Amino acid sequence: MPMKENWTPTIVAFCCNWCSYAGADLAGSSRLSYPANVKIIRIPCSCRLNPMFVLRAFQRGADGVILCGCHPGDCHYTTGNYYARRRMTLLFSMLDYLGIDRRRTRVEWVSAAEGAKFSATMNDFARTIAELGENVRLGDLRCKQE
Amino acid sequence: MIERARELLASGEVNRVLAWEKGENDFDRTPAVFTADNVDSLVYDGLCGPNLSKYLVGEMEKEGKILVFLKPCDSYSYNQLATEHRIDLEKVVPIAVGCRGKIDVEKLRAKGIKGILSVTEDGDKLLVKTLYGDAVVENRKEVLLDKCLACKGKEHVVECEVIGESEDTTEGDKFGIVAKLEAMTPDERFAFWRGELSKCIRCNACRNVCPACSCVKCVFDNPNTGVANKAAADDFEENMFHIIRAFHVAGRCTDCGECSRVCPQHIPLHLLNRKFIKDINEIYGGYQAGAEIGQRHPLENFDKGDCEPSVVHVRGGARK
Repeated sequence: MPMKENWTPTIVAFCCNWCSYAGADLAGSSRLSYPANVKIIRIPCSCRLNPMFVLRAFQRGADGVILCGCHPGDCHYTTGNYYARRRMTLLFSMLDYLGIDRRRTRVEWVSAAEGAKFSATMNDFARTIAELGENVRLGDLRCKQE
Repeated sequence: MIERARELLASGEVNRVLAWEKGENDFDRTPAVFTADNVDSLVYDGLCGPNLSKYLVGEMEKEGKILVFLKPCDSYSYNQLATEHRIDLEKVVPIAVGCRGKIDVEKLRAKGIKGILSVTEDGDKLLVKTLYGDAVVENRKEVLLDKCLACKGKEHVVECEVIGESEDTTEGDKFGIVAKLEAMTPDERFAFWRGELSKCIRCNACRNVCPACSCVKCVFDNPNTGVANKAAADDFEENMFHIIRAFHVAGRCTDCGECSRVCPQHIPLHLLNRKFIKDINEIYGGYQAGAEIGQRHPLENFDKGDCEPSVVHVRGGARK
């Protein structure tokens, strides 16, 4: 795949308010590094993630989208992440069916105490996306910023 | 059928009838609401493809009961809409009608029959009158709608009076094409879908005909969604519209195949819905939307032991 010069992947991380966002905070206060091109968007619960958000992120130029939420069973709203899990399974499978590399999408469960896991996950995901290169299949001409 | 409709209208049990009438062309059949005055123009034959269940939603506001005719596959949509409380069973009198598979006029045209004026059935034969003389199709099975080749069986899932006999017209495995697509490489799949979906003209016919797409306010009617209009052919817009539409009906789609039937661009939209159905069946256990009233569909349900979304990676693509 032709690579632009100085290309760095853009990664959108949707983090649930109660676990993963706090986990990211912990990673920061523990001085654990994670790539600067991971853009965190805070959502009230992992099940707030409308599938449209994922597609919209890709459309507006994201190269990878990751959803982080509380571990199953630990949801602040008791069952939210169970629903999110089913939805994302089907959505990712559908994206794969349409020819979008399945490695561009991921779900990880990160608790508020897992700053190290957050940092490790983001580093790993950023590395994977960097290997995959730019997302050219889901972009939208109108959203290109030059 | 017309006699029964007339009887029920005369007895006052219902005050209108939802059925099919002749459309613009002699071979077109469109859904229509009849009263005692015009019930004579009701038609039911091998060309009556449209699924009537959805049209009940708009009739619920009106006074009195409505009679509706349901083919076996329409009865699934009927149950699904009843489950979602979109139709009030108190206000509907369903009558099941037999179905031997419906004819696809496009397939007749594909056979080289041009200038079609009318189509009449004679047992298994089809007599086609055209501008250029008469043509005969020996076996009607050759020209059935695609949705009829994935027939859900000849049983009606709504318990009611039955008029006429049905026939199961299934041919092969309905997930066959989905499996074939899954077996392709991602590049081939992408090329296939871009080719298909870029034909989309955003006419919204698929949405308007879909019994599952009966939301009063649709997400795509919001001009701020960014998916409200037609985009350049190599953009992601059409893909986004169709993925989201398929996702919104996932678990509720009864696989009635109306989306592909009405698509003016002949995009095989049912393949997207069927992919969701296949995944749901494989990952969360077999499920048929609309098989009975009151089912909880897989996306509004969960199990603590569900697999992680990484199953998509593990399954080696979309395959199991």
